[in-house]
Amino acid sequence: MKNSIYDVAIVGAGVVGASIARKLSAYTSDTVILEKEWDVSFGVTKTNSGIIHGGFHYPTSTLKGRLEVLGNIMYDRLQQELHFPFRRCGILVVAFTVEEMKTVEKLYMQGVENKVIGLELCNRDRIHSLEPKLNPDVIGGLHAPSGGVIEPYRFVFSLIESAKKNGVELRTRFKVVKAEKKKDHFLIQGENRESLRARYLVNAAGLYADEVSAIFGAEHLQIKPFKGQEYLLDRNAVGLPEKVIFPVPSTVSKGILVIPTPEGTCMVGPTAIEAINKEDLSTTQSNFEKIFHSARRLIPKISERDIITAFAGMRPTLEGNDFYIAISEMQPKLIQVAGIQSPGLTAAPAIGEYVKDLLKTAGLVLTERPDFDPFIEEVPRIRTLSPYEADALVQKEPAYGEIICRCESVSEAEIVAAIRRGHTTMDGIKFYTRAQMGRCQGGFCSYKILKILQRETGMSIEEISKRGPGSRIITDRVGELAVKPPPAAATSTEEGK
Amino acid sequence: MIEKIYDAVVFGGGSAGLAAAARIAGQGCSVAVLERENELGGILNQCIHNGFGIQRFKEDLTGPEYAERFIEMVEDLENVSIFLESTALEVTPGTPHSVFAYSKRYGVVKIECRAIVLAMGCRERNRGNIGIPGTRPAGVFTAGLAQRLINIDGYIPGRRTVILGSGDIGLIMARRLTWVGVEVLGVVEIQGYPSGLTRNIVQCLNDFNIPLYLSHTVSEIRGKDRVTGVTVTPLEEGRMVPAKSFDLDCDTILLSVGLIPDNELSRKFGVNLNPETGGPFVDAGLMSSVPGVFACGNVLHVHDLVDYVSEESERCASFVVDYLNGAYHTQHHPIVSGANVKYVIPNKYLPGMTNRFYLRSLVVKNKAELVISLQGEPLKRKNLAHVQPSEMVSFLLDEQDLSPVSESAEKKLEVSIY
Repeated sequence: MKNSIYDVAIVGAGVVGASIARKLSAYTSDTVILEKEWDVSFGVTKTNSGIIHGGFHYPTSTLKGRLEVLGNIMYDRLQQELHFPFRRCGILVVAFTVEEMKTVEKLYMQGVENKVIGLELCNRDRIHSLEPKLNPDVIGGLHAPSGGVIEPYRFVFSLIESAKKNGVELRTRFKVVKAEKKKDHFLIQGENRESLRARYLVNAAGLYADEVSAIFGAEHLQIKPFKGQEYLLDRNAVGLPEKVIFPVPSTVSKGILVIPTPEGTCMVGPTAIEAINKEDLSTTQSNFEKIFHSARRLIPKISERDIITAFAGMRPTLEGNDFYIAISEMQPKLIQVAGIQSPGLTAAPAIGEYVKDLLKTAGLVLTERPDFDPFIEEVPRIRTLSPYEADALVQKEPAYGEIICRCESVSEAEIVAAIRRGHTTMDGIKFYTRAQMGRCQGGFCSYKILKILQRETGMSIEEISKRGPGSRIITDRVGELAVKPPPAAATSTEEGK
Repeated sequence: MIEKIYDAVVFGGGSAGLAAAARIAGQGCSVAVLERENELGGILNQCIHNGFGIQRFKEDLTGPEYAERFIEMVEDLENVSIFLESTALEVTPGTPHSVFAYSKRYGVVKIECRAIVLAMGCRERNRGNIGIPGTRPAGVFTAGLAQRLINIDGYIPGRRTVILGSGDIGLIMARRLTWVGVEVLGVVEIQGYPSGLTRNIVQCLNDFNIPLYLSHTVSEIRGKDRVTGVTVTPLEEGRMVPAKSFDLDCDTILLSVGLIPDNELSRKFGVNLNPETGGPFVDAGLMSSVPGVFACGNVLHVHDLVDYVSEESERCASFVVDYLNGAYHTQHHPIVSGANVKYVIPNKYLPGMTNRFYLRSLVVKNKAELVISLQGEPLKRKNLAHVQPSEMVSFLLDEQDLSPVSESAEKKLEVSIY
């Protein structure tokens, strides 16, 4: 923390804010990124489906269409530098009728106009050879080999780690509640009376971009949350496809998809329902039926028996459904980055570039850092190593030999790496390492992680939470609660299991 | 990389693994036990209540005391090597099998062996498996995890608890939670009958005036960061009746909704699994579809008493020793589930010996009859005072029972409950 004035304050450490922060870290500007949650990516990004889209859904007359195409091709280099799970597994849009095939042809033409490389129209034989698990009723479709999948939170963790390494400051648990415009800067106040000063601002607050815009006296925005429910399926799921499978899109959404994740599990969903409450991430039974019905139409072997967990997320949408990325007309030193719904994840790296240029236009002086290091250290993951490689690693770092999460084969060293990078909630550790993310959902490993967290951070057991205050795991210790006297009738002898 | 050679490797140092290792070593073979935790005993260590060993030792022991008996047996044997804090992550089946065990202390150890005993036990079904809608707050625990936290770590997961599922661990936890000062608002069971042992209903719920809601389920979990309540909905004729739902305000939900044999490793190296049990298909000697790989205890099928686990594991070990000595019989014939039977284990029998079977009923019934038949003709009948899915049934078929098989072309037996 510092008392002088930052050049730039970015509000929101989701994939958009993190991409901008990482881009700015290549310049000598002084940047701080503010996040209201306990960890980065804990908002909209956390529940993103993780698809790197193929550049054919939107025309380049839209900003989101242009940034999607540009963002897509930036991912290979980012992966080399930042080591997050990413695979260009390809995308299929599958048609069941001649009518739907016509829409597919339009998507193909749109993609070609967008200059997407490798798109192909597929007849029945071709599409079934590309994905043998498809419903036999599929008559053809579109193949976009440049589409892929990513772990969105891992991407954000890497972006932030890289940005921090190059001088960006991260302030989590900093919820902006008030801002005052001073002569050449803003005085920004957090919920807990903390404050800082910055000359330029980037509003990347996702679902809350409207509130943040209002706090800074900028445009009146209205973010409409669109809720999506999704299911995570086991890596042994019989319906797990090789490629991301889309139905032919409707005017409202891209539909219910089947998504092979880069870590080998599978997701089905999401729904798209306008939500009233931005905070309501509850799941429902009726969505369950809808999702599995739709997913089985694409791949008949998709089964609810393979469910590991269900979750819901929000898409922050704006009127008009395009991204709103511009210098605020009311606050010329504020860049608005709002309404970043799908394909926001795909576009994020390009949004970083775009916002950097807007800041320059707004007057920020940007000088490249000669010492910018685009690489971060790659943390070995024991599950990706052969036993011989693993042995060599354990001889150097014994904690790689202690397997904490048996479902996803995560070692103690990986948990410690997560904690040392600032991921000190149970969810933060889960997203960084995959421990608790497998089929037992933490039944076998969470007590071990609680111990490691205490040892590494000095937190007491009562301070450890799932994702921040209010979500603590343990409430008391044995002996601390008053015990009511047993009812008089308690007489029978025990004979346990 | 350290390399070792043993006759047999046992995966897991809990009740099944210890009993198997002790028996294998006791008959002169060398055996390695791989245990993930830093001590032997497995789940027994957190089961500090009593009631263990009544069948096996004719004594009323706690879980740790029961485990201690077997730990002592194993530690007295010279030809048992214990690898603590060691996890088998890779297995290459063959002659011999190669097992790669990961640990802090030794790095990755390559162990070659002729026989493997799967004894990894089971894991708990969780929220995702049963798909409870609602939010995803902290405060949702499986009952076994809560038991571990309280009994071993001394941590209380919450102050007002609803327990979903009347499995034995859930029932025992209802009592345990009450004893440490947690308010247990009720146990909710979707079936019309309890899924735990009757004695646990009496001793863990009735004695503490904890309500049991049969034919009810939790239809929603509420709370943003931590659980703030659940909606409980009754079922009539198998359908939820939302109009009769009621809310319970709680900060914790414990799930005791069943156990699943933990066979992810077995599956990875090619062991065929039985969808009815979640465990491997096994022949009369408890050998799986991979030659030389045996299974016993809860990794094979979920038992209700540890005494049965010990029995099965020792039986399994004797077959392992036969296998190691080249004396393993291979003339096995199939035995399958007939009417009202969920499963019968093992999946094969051997006519020239006494075969022990465990089965689970699909039905709740008083004065039932167990019928084992060959080509529709009853071979053996046994009266059962009471059957229900939560109570395992055991029976024997000896050489005499099986004598008609030798004259029959069809060898397949069918087990039914009427």
